[in-house]
Amino acid sequence: MTGFTFVEKVLAQAAGVTQARAGDVLDIRPHRILSHDNTAAIRKLFEQIGVPRIADPERLIITLDHAAPAPTTLHAQNHAEIREWVQLQGIRHFFEVGRGICHQVISEEALVLPAEVILGADSHTTHFGWLGAFGMGIGRSEVAALWATGELWLAVPKTLRIVLNGALPEGVTAKDIALKIIGTLGVDGGAYRAIEFSGTTLARLSLDERPVLPNMMAEFGAMSAYMPPDEVVFDYLRQRTTRPFTPLYPDADATYDETVTFDVSALEPLVALPHQPDNVVPLSEAYGQPIQQAFVGTCTGGRYEDLAMVAQVVRGKRLKARLLVVPASAQVLQRAIATGVLADLLEAGVTLGTAGCGACMGNHMGVPAPHEATISTGSRNFKGRMGTTDAPIYLANPYVVAASAVTGCITHPADLV
Amino acid sequence: MQTTHTCHVYGDDVNTDLIFAGKYTYTLRSQEEIAAHALEDLDPDFVQRVQPGDIIVAGRNWGCGSSREQAVTALKWSGIRAIIAESFGGLYFRNCINQGIRPIVLAGASALVRTGDTVTLDHAAQTVTLGGQTFALPPLSPSVQAILDAGGLIPMLKARYAKT
Repeated sequence: MTGFTFVEKVLAQAAGVTQARAGDVLDIRPHRILSHDNTAAIRKLFEQIGVPRIADPERLIITLDHAAPAPTTLHAQNHAEIREWVQLQGIRHFFEVGRGICHQVISEEALVLPAEVILGADSHTTHFGWLGAFGMGIGRSEVAALWATGELWLAVPKTLRIVLNGALPEGVTAKDIALKIIGTLGVDGGAYRAIEFSGTTLARLSLDERPVLPNMMAEFGAMSAYMPPDEVVFDYLRQRTTRPFTPLYPDADATYDETVTFDVSALEPLVALPHQPDNVVPLSEAYGQPIQQAFVGTCTGGRYEDLAMVAQVVRGKRLKARLLVVPASAQVLQRAIATGVLADLLEAGVTLGTAGCGACMGNHMGVPAPHEATISTGSRNFKGRMGTTDAPIYLANPYVVAASAVTGCITHPADLV
Repeated sequence: MQTTHTCHVYGDDVNTDLIFAGKYTYTLRSQEEIAAHALEDLDPDFVQRVQPGDIIVAGRNWGCGSSREQAVTALKWSGIRAIIAESFGGLYFRNCINQGIRPIVLAGASALVRTGDTVTLDHAAQTVTLGGQTFALPPLSPSVQAILDAGGLIPMLKARYAKT
């Protein structure tokens, strides 16, 4: 008998069965159920089911992050309905406007641990692979069903193993690795599959860089994505929780649907052109494209190190394009204040937004005008994503986004000095 | 029983934002409001053209991107009864089932028809006919069939709890 992949192991555990194979359909009990600004709509679905109370409110996590603070009265009403529901159902893991983006906040609060399962009404729930957990996005009806029953059916996916070897060159980041993978294999390259990352690159990635990879696998069509957790991750979690955990690793003889290997040591900065994250070219091919706005933020590119990379580029410079910085969480912002990164950003003329999802999906401040181009550290450049269809979006790493804000056109950071 | 449907044909990688834009996801609530914005950024004439009972025929990776269920319900509440695609975004596939809309995976489908053509579903024989060719519908697992038969996940649970 061959060994088991991570998803085969973790989903068997969550279903309370001794073993599972790709293709098996299981009823799993997730440790955490995530929703955010969509919670009021999920409440309406839950109320249709006819169950008076949530089965286990302790497993719920609710954040207000997608349009926070409320930009319109309608958004404010939506938030008010969510706060009422949180009170009514006694939901303890509730995070208010300004605390930050769900995936970042849940990581900081250590509410998901290695080998745990989180299902969330958010496609980027794949994020939690950075902790060695299983994270998967689900629909609103499924969250309502989980509130009522605590269980959900899942078909155990096949696994695509992505081996990353080598050290990243200076000025190249995890964002470029994600764009390389998606650009090479396409936006449906991971469809219906789980991803397992391995290789010598992983341990070299900092804590802030690691989540970029599983997070952006949502743009790859993957159900979930996993990175084998190491001591760096365990230390991070132990500083934040006393809850015990036992990490889970795939067997050496596990069966993979496919294995793809990338050597990242010669990788260069990449840019995803409008309107798909797999429309990826080397930075040199996007060079000189005028942009009116640069956006640093989101669950993909708004952590402390992203801000620090931007500060490194813009320190002492003036900006030709608007540069909007939205920290992924309040803790990210506090750290940027403590280290002086924020002062450098403000000195250069950055616009600072409230910790949250910001301008990523056209719901909040920082939306472009028609015909204005944006370069973003986010994960999605779909047509119309930021609110209007004729405002093109380019995706790149924080150094490139910052350099482009300085010159007003897509620029290599090395050309600024 | 056979049913005939007029189809609306689209290409590859049509994402959730094109089917239902993110800027509407927290403020539009009623079925009418949500349906009124279906496919707004891809095919602005869709909402005028669509008739109850119509179906979508698409290329690869239909519905990739966000988890937002309105990318299914906007079509459902516009009158769409089924979606045929070469492949689906994984989340979208589940959302279809949970909303009682059958997702039909069919290689090459979008090349066989044009918008306005007729597609025939034979529910007894479990076949679909389009562009003069007949194909077997991919079989569904019992748990998925049960959700579709109930009209979706929420109606299924509602019926279950009404009995207890």
